[in-house]
Amino acid sequence: MNQIWAIASNTFREAIRDRILYLLLVFALVFIAFAQILSLLTVGSEEKIIKDLGLASISLFGVLTAIFIGVSLVSKEIDRRTIYTIVSKPIHRYQFVLGKYCGLALTLLVNTVVMTFWFYLILLFKGFADPRLLLAVYMIFLELLLVTALAILFSSFSTPILSTLFALSLYLVGHLSWSLNLLRDRLSGGAGRWVCRVLYLVLPNLEIFNIKGEVVHGTALPAGLLLWATLYLAGYGLVVLSAACLIFQRKDFS
Amino acid sequence: MPPVLEISRISKSYRTSFSLRKYWILRDLSFSVEPGEIFGFIGPNGAGKTTTIKLVMDLIRSDGGTIRIFGRSHREVGTKARIGFLPENPYFYDYLTAREFLDFYGRLFGFSRAVREAKTKALLEKVGLGNRGDRQLRKFSKGMLQRIGLAQALINDPELVILDEPMSGLDPVGRREVRDLILSLKQAGKTVFFSTHILSDTEQICDRVGILSKGDLKAVGKVSQLLAHEAKFYEVTFSGLSADGLPGVESVVSRDGGETLVRARDEAAVRALVEAVLRRGGTLKSVAPQRESLEDLFLREIQR
Repeated sequence: MNQIWAIASNTFREAIRDRILYLLLVFALVFIAFAQILSLLTVGSEEKIIKDLGLASISLFGVLTAIFIGVSLVSKEIDRRTIYTIVSKPIHRYQFVLGKYCGLALTLLVNTVVMTFWFYLILLFKGFADPRLLLAVYMIFLELLLVTALAILFSSFSTPILSTLFALSLYLVGHLSWSLNLLRDRLSGGAGRWVCRVLYLVLPNLEIFNIKGEVVHGTALPAGLLLWATLYLAGYGLVVLSAACLIFQRKDFS
Repeated sequence: MPPVLEISRISKSYRTSFSLRKYWILRDLSFSVEPGEIFGFIGPNGAGKTTTIKLVMDLIRSDGGTIRIFGRSHREVGTKARIGFLPENPYFYDYLTAREFLDFYGRLFGFSRAVREAKTKALLEKVGLGNRGDRQLRKFSKGMLQRIGLAQALINDPELVILDEPMSGLDPVGRREVRDLILSLKQAGKTVFFSTHILSDTEQICDRVGILSKGDLKAVGKVSQLLAHEAKFYEVTFSGLSADGLPGVESVVSRDGGETLVRARDEAAVRALVEAVLRRGGTLKSVAPQRESLEDLFLREIQR
């Protein structure tokens, strides 16, 4: 555990000394503030637009951070050969992968807290603050944790550019995978239905984590959704990270 | 006492991405490193030295064969805790300061904060970076990186130290420092296994060497045993007379002012030559037997 924490805190330190993090964070903060101006130009409820854009910004910039930093975390260590001195120390390789994951998760947590704080400040100033928004942010954070696990999985066997493409595609697919169920219902039967079912089960379902609509519009959330989403993240994340660890365990660093 | 490092019949091949042809980097390599010795692993670039070290450090997996360190599997975490390792051309986390860097490695060994602080301070002093502890590694020169790399390799006070090309890219002063450090490790009872292609250093400090070429171990043993004892030839310098007509002269190497340097084949030839020079009123300046150097041996072995 000590070793995982050592690697995690070093990863966190690496991320917070990385310019790309600040670049994305500044963009996010500007975007969240920009929602105010946008709301003046649009017909409709100012409150909804500010909340909608704010949550969307937190989600989008969080995902970009998770993917861009996530895919480079492991591959950078291999490319720059810093990994040689790490895995030759008395640690297991899976501890390295988990340490990297936890370090990035910590970075994303701090990142999300900063964005949310800023978002809330603007909402307070406008008089729109609503504690239910924090639920939406919690769900966004769960999604980031899953995306990070996927980014690390891809980077354990692929180049950074391909890993970024894979992770971004899977992020998009993950938000559309619910439509596989619709497609399955339309199909008359046989192999097509079966393929849809398998794909639906295997691909990540990131829409589970999307409660922005409900929160912004003040509608009720399905019962047990938060618990289900948390369990889904735990299960799916565990499988993805285990796969990453297994691949890493057998990897040649040449 | 069992060998500290025992490599038996390891092989490593790789396949190119397109054609599935197998290329062998190492084939059936076997040797061992004994407790308390300095073992130099020498060979030209591409001989397989780094591959061997990576196999030992479990960075890559072999196709076959076994590696045992302290009589146990090299994969065991407990084994790794007793080894110090410096890779070739090391790159480190350049966003860390030297102190943070060593502290991080100390944490990988699970040392307490107080132990880490003490070790970091002592090691920075030992490698001559005592006043650079708070500088980020990105501002370090190559020589300084090599030193901090050595410091991380020693953080656990290892019994076996494995260094991959520790002298490459260093200036003569830096090479001298690394050499002294290796000798001081031996004095402290450690075993050192290092690869290099800088032969002069090897000859001076190694107890034993292994010569690797194209994945094969060409020779292994004590430097003094591997090198031929008898002089290959003698060089005799004299002045005051010309080399013409002197007995025992195989060839004239140079003439500089009044001095002549000639080559003689063996002891008998030298004796005849020296007597003739003295008899004819010349002045004898020097007689130097030329023995085989490690470089000669190395070149002979890799061309075999």
